[in-house]
Amino acid sequence: MPRELVTIEGNEAAAYVAYKTSEIIAIYPITPSSPMAEFCDQWSAQGVKNIWGTVPLVQEMQSEGGAAGAIHGALQSGSLATTFTSSQGLLLMIPNMFKIAGELTSTVFHIAARSIAAQGLSIFGDHSDVMAARSTGWAMLFASSVQEVMDFALIALASTLEARVPFLHVFDGFRTSHEIQKIERLSEDDMRTMIREELVWAHRSRALSPDRPFIRGTAQNPDVYFQARETVNPFYLATPAIVQNVMIRFAELTGRKYGLFEYVGAPDAERVIVSMGSSCDTIEETVNWLNAHGERVGAIKVRLYRPFSAEHLVQALPKSVRSIAVLDRCKEPGSAGEPLYLDVVSALAEQWEGALPRVIGGRYGLSSKEFTPAMVKAVFDELGKPRPKNHFTVGIYDDVTFTSLDYDPAFDIEPKNTVRAVFWGLGADGTVGANKNSIKIIGEETDNYAQGYFVYDSKKSGARTVSHLRFGPEPIRRPYLISKANFIGIHQFGFLERYDVLAQAEEGATILLNSPYGPESVWDHLPRPAQEQILAKKLKLYVIDAYKVAAEAEMGNRINTIMQTCFFAISGVLPREEAIAKIKEAIRKTYGKRGEAVVRKNFEAVDATLSHLYEVPIPADAPITGSPLPPVVPPEAPEFVQKVSATMIAGKGDLLPVSALPVDGTYPSGTTQWERRNIALEVPVWDPNICIQCGKCVFVCPHAVIRAKVYEPSALAHAPQGFKSAEARWKELAGLKYTLQVSVEDCTGCALCVEACPAKDKTQAGRRAINMEPQLPLREQEAENWAFFKQLPEYPRVNHLVFNNVKNVQLLEPLFEFSGACAGCGETPYLSLLTRLFGDRIYVANATGCSSIYGGNLPTTPWSFNREGRGPAWSNSLFEDNAEFGFGMRLTLDKQNEQARELVTALREQIGEALCDAILNADQSTEAGIQAQRARVAELKAKLQMLDKPEAKRLLALADMLVRKSVWVVGGDGWAYDIGYGGLDHVLASGRNIKLLVLDTEVYSNTGGQASKATPLGAAAKFAASGKHQPKKDLGLMAITYSNVYVAQVAMGANDAQTIKAFREAEAYDGPALIIAYAHCIAHGIDMAKGMNQQKLAVESGYWPLYRYNPVLAKEGKNPFQLDSSAPKIPLRDYAYNETRYRMLAQSNPEEAEALMKIAQEVVNARWRQYAALAGLKN
Amino acid sequence: MSDIDLSTNYMGLQLAHPIVPSAGPLTHRLDRIKRLEDAGAPAVILASLFEEQIEQESLILDHYLSYGTETFAEALSYFPDLGRYSVGPEEYLELICAAKEQTSIPIIASLNGVSGGGWTEYAAKIEQAGADALELNIYYIATDPNITSAQVEQRYLDVLTQVKHNVHIPVAVKIGPFFSAMSNMARRLCDAGANALVLFNRFYQPDLDIEALEVVPHLVLSNSDELRLPLRWVAILYGRVKCALALSTGVHTRDDVLKGIMAGATIVTLTSELLLHGAGRINQLVREIREWMEQHEYISVAQMRGSLSQRAVANPDAFERANYMKVLQSWRPEPSALVSKLRR
Repeated sequence: MPRELVTIEGNEAAAYVAYKTSEIIAIYPITPSSPMAEFCDQWSAQGVKNIWGTVPLVQEMQSEGGAAGAIHGALQSGSLATTFTSSQGLLLMIPNMFKIAGELTSTVFHIAARSIAAQGLSIFGDHSDVMAARSTGWAMLFASSVQEVMDFALIALASTLEARVPFLHVFDGFRTSHEIQKIERLSEDDMRTMIREELVWAHRSRALSPDRPFIRGTAQNPDVYFQARETVNPFYLATPAIVQNVMIRFAELTGRKYGLFEYVGAPDAERVIVSMGSSCDTIEETVNWLNAHGERVGAIKVRLYRPFSAEHLVQALPKSVRSIAVLDRCKEPGSAGEPLYLDVVSALAEQWEGALPRVIGGRYGLSSKEFTPAMVKAVFDELGKPRPKNHFTVGIYDDVTFTSLDYDPAFDIEPKNTVRAVFWGLGADGTVGANKNSIKIIGEETDNYAQGYFVYDSKKSGARTVSHLRFGPEPIRRPYLISKANFIGIHQFGFLERYDVLAQAEEGATILLNSPYGPESVWDHLPRPAQEQILAKKLKLYVIDAYKVAAEAEMGNRINTIMQTCFFAISGVLPREEAIAKIKEAIRKTYGKRGEAVVRKNFEAVDATLSHLYEVPIPADAPITGSPLPPVVPPEAPEFVQKVSATMIAGKGDLLPVSALPVDGTYPSGTTQWERRNIALEVPVWDPNICIQCGKCVFVCPHAVIRAKVYEPSALAHAPQGFKSAEARWKELAGLKYTLQVSVEDCTGCALCVEACPAKDKTQAGRRAINMEPQLPLREQEAENWAFFKQLPEYPRVNHLVFNNVKNVQLLEPLFEFSGACAGCGETPYLSLLTRLFGDRIYVANATGCSSIYGGNLPTTPWSFNREGRGPAWSNSLFEDNAEFGFGMRLTLDKQNEQARELVTALREQIGEALCDAILNADQSTEAGIQAQRARVAELKAKLQMLDKPEAKRLLALADMLVRKSVWVVGGDGWAYDIGYGGLDHVLASGRNIKLLVLDTEVYSNTGGQASKATPLGAAAKFAASGKHQPKKDLGLMAITYSNVYVAQVAMGANDAQTIKAFREAEAYDGPALIIAYAHCIAHGIDMAKGMNQQKLAVESGYWPLYRYNPVLAKEGKNPFQLDSSAPKIPLRDYAYNETRYRMLAQSNPEEAEALMKIAQEVVNARWRQYAALAGLKN
Repeated sequence: MSDIDLSTNYMGLQLAHPIVPSAGPLTHRLDRIKRLEDAGAPAVILASLFEEQIEQESLILDHYLSYGTETFAEALSYFPDLGRYSVGPEEYLELICAAKEQTSIPIIASLNGVSGGGWTEYAAKIEQAGADALELNIYYIATDPNITSAQVEQRYLDVLTQVKHNVHIPVAVKIGPFFSAMSNMARRLCDAGANALVLFNRFYQPDLDIEALEVVPHLVLSNSDELRLPLRWVAILYGRVKCALALSTGVHTRDDVLKGIMAGATIVTLTSELLLHGAGRINQLVREIREWMEQHEYISVAQMRGSLSQRAVANPDAFERANYMKVLQSWRPEPSALVSKLRR
């Protein structure tokens, strides 16, 4: 029976085999491997069985270290067990991997290979992670395409069972893990054939068992450790032949032949490239093309990298070879060369007979950097030179150490019979989803092969997506982006004004534009570069007003199926009628399980599409009337932003040379202000007549685009027309003016502010003091107003206002602004508050996760600074070590403060007694006290400058540490409750003055909503697809048991005053403090505009009690535990069922959901009783 | 035990007695339906499936499952795929199936909507799911000044016609009291195929929150005083229309039930009373009625049905304008109202 052809991504291909051949699967989320774990968890929840007829047990762990540990235990007790990971996750598994290999244990870990965080984090693909694991003793099998991922998953398992050496099955993160390809699916029979059952029994027989006891894992001494280490040699020596034999058996079964080192190209090639992973396909295609054009070149595709068989490598190389380039997708600074290069060199040195070929090594493709046929050709060209460059780089321009090879970006070998389509869309418009459907339609419904790859934005709101789709009659082995497209879909008209989207169009290409302008008028609205390219390249232009069609079909902004229908209609990939039928089938398949109505709406949109699609007649002599593209950043932006950030913003970061980038990962603060994204369709507009100046809108704004200032009326003298102001409504600030200003170009249009506004128009209650209105007509005026507003003076931090309420806090400048967080984010308002209160003197240690991404993802970053040049000192180390990272900062502050004080004392005479005493005895408990100390330190520094003593110089370097600073350790629940809990606990136990802020979204939000120990009972989440059955960990209560930790649980949407109080008390407390902040999240499945209301319901239901535990009160003889919210007023379900995470379970498994909801309510009741007792309340 | 016959035949459904739990919070979950059966309910009218539910639940689920997906490389989705979801109609159809499987009483489904269109096709699915009958609750607030009363009436008839077109089971139509020509409307609905008229639905009447300056949902439980309006119209229509009449709203006591039947109702339906006093109230009412009938020597419900209808009573104008003046003149303020008036 022919095997099924499926169109799937690499992760699914790996997960499919892994699931079918495992009993225990331990999982933990990390990009880009998470989908493998998600598939397995989902299949397990659905009761899908493995090839032995049982449902594998899938268990989430608290970290990758935990997953590896669990797998180690499962293997030692005789299970077939696996896990999936990438990057830092693999590094955390390394200790166990040494053990697993040392004990000769059969298993396969599937790795979507990814960069390691060094000068910066990267989620994208290269081999840095697996190369860091190469001393563990694991075999490494590299797949280079989606088909190979499925095949090698099985080959690796069959091999490890025989060899007893554990295997890493490796494929390139994103490029292969996320590429969609049409492949042949292995059947369960294939797996049964390849996996020899007796080897499974042998694996079980080696397991620990009290029925036949032995011990494993002894401690060994100098007398035997060494020899014992050498005992494994025969197994490693045997492994290559075992793998080769398995590959032969596999070829007999499927017809697909693989070798340990596969040679492709001319049998008499003189120049050969050696490489691994997805690059192999690109290299092979280029080799074939070059040879067809008269060259004699070849390539070695390395499959089994460990154990490295020099013998097999040498056998695979043609004897004619004169020069070899070894490509490594990683960097090992300071080494004699990258790992594969060194292996090849030593293999040839050991095994090659005759004159050694010249071997050069080079790096390519780090962090998913494009690797194209042009670069392959450049490498071959280099090999042809008499003195080729060694230790080169290709794909970048290195103008510092001149490692890079030149290549010709125009070099193109793509066959013309391939449809190459690029679609520019917004995340929100559904473009990617529709394209995934299109690939499936073409891949599964026609004889064509299909490939899809998707490029995403670095921002979470208003994000751009670019889909690269290829279809053609032959298998598509081109793992690189389309550079010359014959179809370009532009799903947002605005893209034409921001990006050079037509640069990818080849001559005669077809352009489909979603345009508010019809065929008669669209030309005059096109920017100049678009007009020029349309004429020069003779492009065919089609327009459709997809938003109009979507609106008529009540589809909101989901234009995906409309644009998809246009693509099929224009491209002719399928006959129109057939295409439409297939689109509808795909719609039913994708959306049908969500109900009939959504299917019907999509059908209506499809049916309405074609009558709105027009070809635009463009005469060859059409006049160029459009404007040039506006500058990417305003001219007043700093030089670095102009030269570097702007290039990245424009999507041209690949062109930046090495010299343009900082050497140590240091970037300027506060650069988001220069990236005007203009993503909101509607923005808030202030009505001063209704406004009561409460500041709630300012407080909740996730992107800090709403600001308030009070100022002297005279400052309005040069205000732009239309700049709004009102009399300040503070009794202390009588006579001053007040303005609430919105930066409409930075706003995401979330409308949280409108929901937060308590002031209503007395004649029209539907209107508030702040209302949403279309952005475009306001843009220019409000940009001018914003510029004027920005230069108004900030209200002084030392004054007669106390910043203990929202009304006053609104006047403090936020030093966290315009982040890339989701529209309506529930986390960022807390960060905004943090920086308003203490931003000019804080260190922030930020755990990896959403907050490190919207906080630190290039091109521009939101942590900012004030006019004095002070602002948060922010850094991200890792996910798991964040508390410790911040703790290290605290230790520095404490030690340097101590040293500075010692030096001040030592220099008492020179400094002067008065200043010395004032500095040493300064009361810095207030803003005024801190500012006074800053003045003293400035005076001290001036004096120190005049002193020629070593102590004076030392003190000069440390003097700033005499001013009070605080350290805030910030992260999500995945960090605090799971992977970083050990460190968090240790830091809390230290007694030191350190603050931990947990932005609790109750899931791993950044990786797509996997359950953490903060996930509530009864909610569905990834990794808890059948609903979470355990209650949320009570982290606060655990911290309270230390008795000297300040602990607060807050939810600003429920009680903003309590939130401010908690932040101030935590900061004031001279010891460890923990704030657990409820952060509504896109992963809850709520109307994000109503996020704060949902926080309120969480508190009213008793699910999220507000409290503060202040050890200071205990010292005063009072009860340190203060409950700040009242007893539950509404049942839990009234809160929970507003959220998709709960509701979806009720809609898919009502009985289970009901049972869980009942338990969840009991947990809420019990917790409330416990808290009430702590607070000394009578129940 | 007496041999009083409380049984009644409602649209072809043979019921042990005429007190039927109406569509509402007691009939939207299987466990509650089973409790009602145990408490003596002769049938249940399931909580309504709303037209909006059919359309919106699916769209809302899709919206939230899709929102933010395929946007950011690390989080291409935010929820696990739980397979099929029971949204709106599916969940409701499953409830019908389960109720039919796990109870032995007739199950009357309820469909609440106002426009013609695709949603009325769900009537057929309701029938396929096993419902014994369908109550069609048409609830329309004519806010558009351009819509005439004739158009409103036609809308009711159109919806009924479409639903009847889709099903073979009996269809009752539940309407509100605000028709200019109620009797005529009732007859036209019967002519269009209604097997029963349910008088009346209790309109959701929003309230205003003067502190928050908001319109707030407001629903209070009914009381016996609200019986008067449906009682009058049941009495007027009894014998004038060819379909059965069900009295809804304001049924709380033994006397309310008896009045309803005497006015001409085939069944009376109730929710508020059961919410206040529990499902066990059904059997209690049945016992009280039986006792009363014994005392008053009635032998069957059929015997008393319509005995106080407009056609049957000695003074038919008691249901019309003639009694109006009399009632107004007979009214006297209660003492407490007088006291508070004086204090002001």
